[in-house]
Amino acid sequence: MKKATFSIRRGGRETAEMVDYQTEVSEGMVVLDAVHQIQAESAPDLACRWNCKAGKCGSCSAEINGMPKLMCMTRLDTIPLDQPVTIEPIRAFPAVKDLIADVSWNYEVKKRIKKFKPRAPDAEDGTWRMLQEDVDRVQEFRKCIECFLCQDVCHVLRDHNKHEEFIGPRFLVYAAALEMHPLDTEDRTGDLKDMHGIGYCNITKCCTKVCPEHITITDNAIIPLKERVVDEYYDPLKRLVKLFRKK
Amino acid sequence: MTDYPTFEHDVIVIGAGGAGLRAAIEASGSGVSVGLICKSLLGKAHTVMAEGGMAAAMGHNDDRDNWKVHFSDTMRGGQYVNNWRMAELHAKEAPDRVRELESWGAVFDRTKDGRINQRNFGGHRYPRLAHVGDRTGLELIRTLQDHGIHQGIEVYMEVTVLSLLKDGDRVVGCLAYEREHGRFRIYKAKAVILATGGIGRAYKITSNSWEGTGDGHALAYDAGAELIDMEFIQFHPTGMVWPPSVRGILVTEGVRGEGGILRNSEGKRFMFDDIPDNYKDQTSDTEEEGWRYVTGDKNARRPPELLTRDHVARCIMREVKAGRGSPHGGVYLDIAWIKEKIKDAPEHIKKKLPSMYHQFKQLANLDITTTPMEVGPTTHYVMGGIRVNADTQESTVPGLFAAGECAAGINGANRLGGNSLSDLIVFGKRAGEHAAIFAKENGHGTLDNAAIEQTAKAALEPFDRDGGENPYTIQHDLQEMMQANVGIVRQHDEMVEALNGLDALKSRAARTFVPGNIDFNPGWHTALDLHNLLVVSEAIARAAIERKESRGGHFREDFPGKDPEFAKFNYSLKKSEGGGMEISKNPIPEMPDYLKEVIEEMG
Repeated sequence: MKKATFSIRRGGRETAEMVDYQTEVSEGMVVLDAVHQIQAESAPDLACRWNCKAGKCGSCSAEINGMPKLMCMTRLDTIPLDQPVTIEPIRAFPAVKDLIADVSWNYEVKKRIKKFKPRAPDAEDGTWRMLQEDVDRVQEFRKCIECFLCQDVCHVLRDHNKHEEFIGPRFLVYAAALEMHPLDTEDRTGDLKDMHGIGYCNITKCCTKVCPEHITITDNAIIPLKERVVDEYYDPLKRLVKLFRKK
Repeated sequence: MTDYPTFEHDVIVIGAGGAGLRAAIEASGSGVSVGLICKSLLGKAHTVMAEGGMAAAMGHNDDRDNWKVHFSDTMRGGQYVNNWRMAELHAKEAPDRVRELESWGAVFDRTKDGRINQRNFGGHRYPRLAHVGDRTGLELIRTLQDHGIHQGIEVYMEVTVLSLLKDGDRVVGCLAYEREHGRFRIYKAKAVILATGGIGRAYKITSNSWEGTGDGHALAYDAGAELIDMEFIQFHPTGMVWPPSVRGILVTEGVRGEGGILRNSEGKRFMFDDIPDNYKDQTSDTEEEGWRYVTGDKNARRPPELLTRDHVARCIMREVKAGRGSPHGGVYLDIAWIKEKIKDAPEHIKKKLPSMYHQFKQLANLDITTTPMEVGPTTHYVMGGIRVNADTQESTVPGLFAAGECAAGINGANRLGGNSLSDLIVFGKRAGEHAAIFAKENGHGTLDNAAIEQTAKAALEPFDRDGGENPYTIQHDLQEMMQANVGIVRQHDEMVEALNGLDALKSRAARTFVPGNIDFNPGWHTALDLHNLLVVSEAIARAAIERKESRGGHFREDFPGKDPEFAKFNYSLKKSEGGGMEISKNPIPEMPDYLKEVIEEMG
């Protein structure tokens, strides 16, 4: 069997270096298998997150040769092995140790988005009626596995560090899933404009490209939300009407 | 005196999958303070891997369905060694729990008239599984997570529990470490709920993640609680078998629910060859009738691919052993064939089974809309676990509750697909409710500092040694041995050999060595998990040796038949005074008349 070299970030929050490891490559292997083999053979304390190993939990996000991917779904036969494969944690968040990034910010952001608020039930037994075509779009958003790869590539977070002002594509998708939920009665448009910084997104679609669940983040979630904000706050006619109403 | 950081709550929930989250929501909703401990990040628990759906007799797709049919299906599937009271509560309460999820924002697939759509699954007489494509588990966990974060539950992510702390007989908290810095911490609680899931990592071929190391089982056992039914392990018939790195990853039963069929290398649909007597009346005679069933014909009976998992897994093993398997030691699961029956079959398959489509496309380079999949049995679920009171989910130790996979009773000898997700929400809720009541009636206990120090010191020993065993190697050897000796087909001598092997592994586990420091060190975590894996493996082997018959997930080559004597009790395992594992028989209480009537009525 042939061997390949993996250059992996080793180190803590402050300092780190890239360390090369060699391990055998067999048919069908994914990057996460290589990391596990390296743990078992030569680096037992190499830290990485993983759970399902089937692209369903979104734990093993990393940058493989600089590309944001799930380690469990990246087959070795799709990347060149004649040179070392670099594996690093996602960079939009602080590194904790080795391949682990501190993603706790994401959990805080989610709490700030107003929760689901359903309308009164449609039927006497306390249930609702919704047609499949009315929930298709929301189901697309709810496929999200919270791997945060979209947050990782978003330049507003990654390059401009606007974590205080902008919630990132993951949570715009989350907000869209709530806003477009047929039963939801809450209004998040004001928050999207002010608190969640939707205006920062200039639709470069990097997030859509890296989404392992193939959610059309920009076109289906972010742009419709932006339109709602524009309709609500920047429509000249509406502003005029509002002005008169105030008087 | 220990000076570890101490966190105080009324109720501590250990485990944040479906059961843990549902328990935490219920407890905190009743006004007590709740701490939720996750081994991983929130929302990543193994529940996300559940694909097919959650069983609840709502009768949306077939109005003949009701709790009685669901109850009798569950008992039949479990071969009547289930805790009948749990099966009853589960069947009665699941519909409300599913509707509640909808009111919390879950978006299930819909019927034509706008209600929650329900799909067929193995062992369920009518279409019963509320689902979202083939990612129902993700929908469940995300709904509970997004609801729970607004409830004031304190969530502790990436924290692993090492031991339960006791004051006399009662559990009053736990000792844990947080992953990032490896520091110990103490959680004080008036009641503790275990919701830690399964034990799949005791086997080589498994659908379970690294977390499934039987933590709750071992924590409860060490605290003096009883485990029951540990011989009953569910080997899911359809795991991936190729390429090697994905061996064991689950292929949802939903594939068969949507019309997928099993064939051997000769192209034969072998499931028609062996239909158990007690399912003959419910199973179709012809391929044509089977197809009518999966397409919604209420007069048709289900195809034999949708027999219970234990049976399907054994039929696959039989074909492979007889030399009629696929090239990599499985059989063929074919959904592509439905193109003979319906237009736009590829689009239909992608819509109904999107994650299966992607999983095979990405990991095996195979298009399931054109090519049959290779599948074989994979360790999936443990029916056995902590013995609990059916109504309250309290274990045999005061103050200690359990829910979900780590608790036992509802499934008997074999779990029906789809009964797990509904189990999580039905009994998660009950555990949360009753733990909160217990917490309101009892104060905090006193912590035993000596016990804390002893556990903490032992946990650090792998760093103190100058060299020793590699924990990954021990885990690997254990998995190989359990797979070979206490796997799908069992016999006495091999299992006795396994017990001896476990002794050897125990002494090796006491000599582990881990380089590096306590900061986020997976080698150390693996070393610490070994104890739990060894406890559950021993429990499985001991119970499996004693049960000298075949029933459900437990198949003995030396006792291939079912023996009615063994239907009268569950095997129970408990730590003896001397520290060894003690096995005894727990008689199954007689079913009340109204439930007996249900069983008779349902045939």
